[in-house]
Amino acid sequence: MSEALIRFISKPHPVTGVTNSKLGVWCFLASEVMLFGGLFSAYIFLRTGVSDWPQGWTLLNVPLATLNTMVLIISSVTMVMAWASLAMKNLSKYRVFMGLTILLGVTFLVVKSFEYGHKFEHHHFPSTSNFYAIYFTLTGLHGIHVLVGVLVNLYFLLPGSALWKKDPDQLMGRVEAAGLYWHFVDLVWIFLFPTLYLL
Amino acid sequence: MSKHHDSHELPFWRKYIFSTDHKVIGIQYAVTGLLFLLFGFCLMMLIRWQLAYPGKPLPLIGGLFSETAMIGGIMLPEFYNQLGAMHGTIMVFMGVVPLAVGGFGNFVLPLQIGAPDMAFPKLNMISYWLYFVGGLIMFASFFVPGGAAQSGWTSYPPLSVLASGGQTWWLIGMAFLINSSLLGSINFIVTTIQLRAEGLSFYRLPFFVWAQFVTAFLLLLAFPPLMAAAVLQLMDRLAGASFFMPSGLVVNGVSSAVAGGGNPILWQHLFWFLAHPEVYVLILPAMGIVAEIIACNTRKPLYGYKALVGSVISIGFLSFIVWAHHMYLTGMGTKMSAFFQITTMIISIPSIIILTSLMLSLWGGSIRFTAPMLFAVAFLPMFGIGGLTGLPLGLTAADIHLHDTYYVIGHFHYVVAPGTIFALFAGIYYWFPKATGRKMSEVLGRIHFWLSFIFMNGVFMPMFIQGLAGVSRRLYDPMQYAHAQPTQVLNVFMSISAWCLGLSQIPFIINFFKSIFWGERVNNNPWAATTLEWSAPSPPPHGNFVKPPQVYRGPYEYSVPGSKNGYIPQDAVEAGSHV
Repeated sequence: MSEALIRFISKPHPVTGVTNSKLGVWCFLASEVMLFGGLFSAYIFLRTGVSDWPQGWTLLNVPLATLNTMVLIISSVTMVMAWASLAMKNLSKYRVFMGLTILLGVTFLVVKSFEYGHKFEHHHFPSTSNFYAIYFTLTGLHGIHVLVGVLVNLYFLLPGSALWKKDPDQLMGRVEAAGLYWHFVDLVWIFLFPTLYLL
Repeated sequence: MSKHHDSHELPFWRKYIFSTDHKVIGIQYAVTGLLFLLFGFCLMMLIRWQLAYPGKPLPLIGGLFSETAMIGGIMLPEFYNQLGAMHGTIMVFMGVVPLAVGGFGNFVLPLQIGAPDMAFPKLNMISYWLYFVGGLIMFASFFVPGGAAQSGWTSYPPLSVLASGGQTWWLIGMAFLINSSLLGSINFIVTTIQLRAEGLSFYRLPFFVWAQFVTAFLLLLAFPPLMAAAVLQLMDRLAGASFFMPSGLVVNGVSSAVAGGGNPILWQHLFWFLAHPEVYVLILPAMGIVAEIIACNTRKPLYGYKALVGSVISIGFLSFIVWAHHMYLTGMGTKMSAFFQITTMIISIPSIIILTSLMLSLWGGSIRFTAPMLFAVAFLPMFGIGGLTGLPLGLTAADIHLHDTYYVIGHFHYVVAPGTIFALFAGIYYWFPKATGRKMSEVLGRIHFWLSFIFMNGVFMPMFIQGLAGVSRRLYDPMQYAHAQPTQVLNVFMSISAWCLGLSQIPFIINFFKSIFWGERVNNNPWAATTLEWSAPSPPPHGNFVKPPQVYRGPYEYSVPGSKNGYIPQDAVEAGSHV
């Protein structure tokens, strides 16, 4: 296949110092910044445009969101540990930390779905007010990103790790790329949490 | 490498349909883009009938349309609005950009930088198929109840939020197109940075590669806010949110049931934050193509290569801070207007530097007026007219009179139609021998050029007169207002020109298919050009180059004194020219 001819897949480019996939992920994250940047700008635009925007903590569940913040931050740490285990050539330790990362990601989604369910029970929908509309849009889109991250990590935990025997450097590069994405998703939540719940 | 084996072992559907080869994907993009251009053009020819002969039944084909589109061949206003909205959407997002970026970018860029393929071949394939599905969704939306989107290609709320189901299809189709261009742009950026051949430093890149490189950044960073806007509008339409719906909205005398508190201007900001850089996505690849063809056919280096590169980069940056000049009449305040007026005037400077450099490149050259060169040379005055007529629109005072008139339509069509589309035709004639190993017919090419050139101007030049007379765009009935009636004769003239322009494309279509099979066979470098793609075999095999090229000099070493052939390819080892 033509992939065999393409350079800098597992070894970094001598001048730029990065592999193709790492540069690609950074470009992707730049576009993600613009996506969430557009939505945060919309939030500011909507909030400053009306006089009666509610305080987030009066309507949303702050303790649950705090728990979720902790869950995501810890999952970022385990993600780094998973990558570091690969760097130390320890595949079984990698499996443990990757599994933990996935578990924490799923925990976040479960907690989030309880929050959503609670809102729906009280008949709070996107059509209720623009506060709920932007809340559901931002957290929903972030939730999809978490779900995608969990699926990607799941792939690298199970079938993807077969690459370890063939080209450990390439697997490490891939896990690092997945990690960059995972940290980004975490970071978005770090901005979402105060914006929606605390302000 | 076992590449020779692979190209034989791959089954048909992997080689030509779900291919990961950048050349096949580029051709797929180009052919699909050309088909959509033709389809969008047909929509426009229908629009032109209603404008020239309002309320008269459409002859011959009028009976083929359903009752929801035409009654007895007489076009309904709803259908007219669908044609307008979908003409714009299809031409911009499914015609010109896929052809200019997906087609030419994919096919030429890896060849010009001496790479075996794109950095991520599988993503490249996914990018094409996302575009294809998005295009299908847009096409299918004509057949859903209520018809396709009809709120203009800009989809301004609250109209678009209240519009029939086709608008939802439009938004979902756009989501596919946005993700397609996202994957494509990542591929272009990484390929250009990582996979250049040995010795090919950034200042030795052909201008085409620079133009595509900057375009990729615009696609990468400008499209996501439209994705955000599309998500918000989908929430408005499907979940009953009111991001774009103000409080106290009354529709047809009935108070709207939404919660309110939103703002339609928010859509305009998010949309134009994409759509102004998008204008440069339309024009920069065209400039790149024209630069390549002019350098080759004048047999001299481009004038001011570094100024060109600097200009294209500054256009890239500046294009992100001019978007609100589309919104002067929204009442956003004079300070804001003044800011965007200044940035708009500033961005015209690098555009003029590029155009001037290309003009000056002609000076003193021994010009070969081949078919691609004719289109490339015509691009210069056509884009010039389009650009210069844009300046009054960028000035807040003049824009009050011209906003949303046919003057605007004339302006941007001069940039995109006889501008970009001429450049794309030039590119097709120029790189056709590389893709097929055969040349397109010069005679048919010239017929195609001259007819297109005359009728293009016949379509768009009168629009300036109409616009200055105050005729609004998007009007179903051009006779509705007294001040528009004296210009009705121009509508007839423009419509006849448009239909003749359609007929003028027949020589091109014949030429295209005939030349694939029976065109004149040519060697690897029929234009005697210097850039790397002409060192590869025609058509290039899987993996492109026989051996990885080594680059020794800049891209435009034409008419070098003492050189063997009068020009020196970038990868030729030749003494005395080492730069």
